[in-house]
Amino acid sequence: MKKLFLIIVLSFLSNQIVFANNLEEKEINILKNLRCLVCQGQSIADSNSDFAQTIKLVIRDLINQNKDDQEIYNFLNSKYGQWILYKPKFNLNNFLLWFFPYFILLIGVFLIFKVLKKRKNS
Amino acid sequence: MKIKIFTSFIIPAIVLSLFFFGLKNSNDYNTLNLVGNKIDNIELTGLENNKKIYIGNLLSDNYTLINFWASWCLPCKIEHKFLLSLKKDKNLKILGINFKDKKINSLNFLEELGNPYYFLAEDKNGKVSVKLGIYGVPESILVDKNFTIIKKFIGPINSSDYNDIIKIIKN
Repeated sequence: MKKLFLIIVLSFLSNQIVFANNLEEKEINILKNLRCLVCQGQSIADSNSDFAQTIKLVIRDLINQNKDDQEIYNFLNSKYGQWILYKPKFNLNNFLLWFFPYFILLIGVFLIFKVLKKRKNS
Repeated sequence: MKIKIFTSFIIPAIVLSLFFFGLKNSNDYNTLNLVGNKIDNIELTGLENNKKIYIGNLLSDNYTLINFWASWCLPCKIEHKFLLSLKKDKNLKILGINFKDKKINSLNFLEELGNPYYFLAEDKNGKVSVKLGIYGVPESILVDKNFTIIKKFIGPINSSDYNDIIKIIKN
């Protein structure tokens, strides 16, 4: 009986630990995707600045309120703009940022194709 | 021939024009582009009496200047004289939010320099500042009665900002 009780207690505790670890992992992933606005090239996760510490507190609160990642990003975006996000949302202002590399790649493929075709013909 | 023209002129022209227009963009980050957005009706805690009150209940019928300040913040002392002058205008209420400060120090600060605030709230851990999109002190937000941000002042309010506020609230 004692063994059974011990097993139940241990399994409950291990579940709690896994749950806490998942929350911590979620928090770290979010913090890594946020720019510290008052630092030089640091994420909120890396920074110990006053601003970063405040944001960490707020993120923890939002996670405890069961907000998902997107809701947290939307909240911060509404307060500080897109700059706080390392991965900004696709919009008219940044479409070149997303598509320019593919555009250049297509041009490169096109040019190589043309050059090869020209060589073959000559 | 067409390919040569394309590779020699058109592609470099596109890239150069992108860089040229990119140079015109300012790299300085600020939250001034949030003007026109609405602030949330968040709950504040009074500094002197710990009274809980929603920011909506504190907004003036005309304009309210929400000022984040701290006694340890030197630029806050610089802007204080402008806040005291703005206090005299009937179209404006100044709501002070004391940021990450000790109560005794903040009250001493106001006793020494004067109190321009219609209501004084505290933000001990900075969470209120995040809800209002603040990232340093001093920072001030001019809002109208509909919670709309009319103007943001990042850093201490100076004489030019003072004139801007007067111009806005007189209209």
